[in-house]
Amino acid sequence: METSHTEIGGEALKPGFALAARLREAHLAVDACYQCKKCSSGCPLTFAMDLLPDQVIRLALLGQEDLVLRATTPWVCSSCETCTTRCPNGIDIAGVMDWLKEEALRRGYAVPQEQVSRFHQSFLEAVRLGGGRLSEPLLLGLYSIKSGKTLEKLKSGELKEEILLGWELARRGRLRLRPPKRLKGAPEIARMFQAAQERP
Amino acid sequence: MQVSYYPGCTLEGTAVDYAASIAAVAPLLEVELIELEDWNCCGASAAHSINHTLALELPVRNVLIAWEAGRDLVVPCALCFNRLKVAEKALAGPEGRKWGPPPPRPLKIWDLLDYFSQPALLQTLKDKVVRPLTGLRAVCYYGCLAARPPKVTDKEDYEDPQNMEAILQVLGAEPVDWSFKTDCCGAGLTVARPDLIEALVQRLYDRALAAEAECFVVSCQMCQANLDLPQRRIAKKTGRPYYLPVLYFTELMGLALGHPDVSNWLGKHLTDPRPLLQSKNLL
Repeated sequence: METSHTEIGGEALKPGFALAARLREAHLAVDACYQCKKCSSGCPLTFAMDLLPDQVIRLALLGQEDLVLRATTPWVCSSCETCTTRCPNGIDIAGVMDWLKEEALRRGYAVPQEQVSRFHQSFLEAVRLGGGRLSEPLLLGLYSIKSGKTLEKLKSGELKEEILLGWELARRGRLRLRPPKRLKGAPEIARMFQAAQERP
Repeated sequence: MQVSYYPGCTLEGTAVDYAASIAAVAPLLEVELIELEDWNCCGASAAHSINHTLALELPVRNVLIAWEAGRDLVVPCALCFNRLKVAEKALAGPEGRKWGPPPPRPLKIWDLLDYFSQPALLQTLKDKVVRPLTGLRAVCYYGCLAARPPKVTDKEDYEDPQNMEAILQVLGAEPVDWSFKTDCCGAGLTVARPDLIEALVQRLYDRALAAEAECFVVSCQMCQANLDLPQRRIAKKTGRPYYLPVLYFTELMGLALGHPDVSNWLGKHLTDPRPLLQSKNLL
């Protein structure tokens, strides 16, 4: 029955408990947050965030799924673990950021930082294709193809800079085009990737 | 002393200089690094960001191999170290049994800096220094993941570690105190958001200069690449002529121990440390 909720803003202001419960199940309970804001105070990337880390935790606790799953914040988090280290209540804030990224992708949210999600996806794809180890040139190649911004980068001069950097590394023997070593465990690793893709 | 060694993927690629300096100095400290058989990628930031299953399965496989080998495991890459420690904790946790029984003897996973700064090895190092690095002013930069979060890394000095300074002192260099040794350089975002890391990295340059340091010393190849590779670009953009070489602590160990290949490793950096070291008569 809708009563006073409607008058002060409807569904959006109803507390939801599902998100906090799911985080608890993932060993990422946020319930103990008392808003000291130590996480945000120590975070090196707040300048690039739309929500401060403490706001993400608060909104998660209030069940505001849409707001936190659409946020830029988890995608520009560098996983430096300062927040998790300093939280007086033992909340794994960086872990929550990871959970939100994965959940946003799984539920088909438009990712506000596509470059970042493409980079992570290209990385895992490169490890899978490499049979268990990462080839950095393969990662950079896949990422460039996926990001599809070649023309833009050509115009801005960014592409030239990237190619020059690649050349600087290659001539110093730091970008080698040979594939990674063939592992005995390659079939086992292929199964890991398969199983991880198939999980609900 | 024999230990298992997990180099990680970048030490076979962009960080061949780090790999070469480690391989060169370990025997001088009477440490035999035995590469972990058939090791695989730890999954890095990508896996823990978007795939929590792979973020555990990939490093768990390595820890199981290390258990089988039965020796302590040494890891030079801070990110790999962190992921292997996460896997170790998962194996010890309630869900650990699904991967099999625990090891007959628990082994320790070390990050390379901690391993090389054990008191006995510091003593060996001290005895073998032939070329003290007199007058070299450096800030030690530890980065994030070798230390944080302590629940994973089992570290005590996670806000203000001192062991890199201890090594530099033994080598005769002058470690300079500063407040940014565990601040993040943003390496995980370096490809996707270079604009963000430029802000983080420039702040580190400025703070290092404010401390009157001449170079960075690092123990993580992600930090090294992130501070070294964009230096010219950042200098150009900001109009500030940054020249702050980014040296691995193992390269400086090699230099002080008189290893003949040092110049070769240093030549792989983009911000060439050789002019600085030559100006100090160290090379």
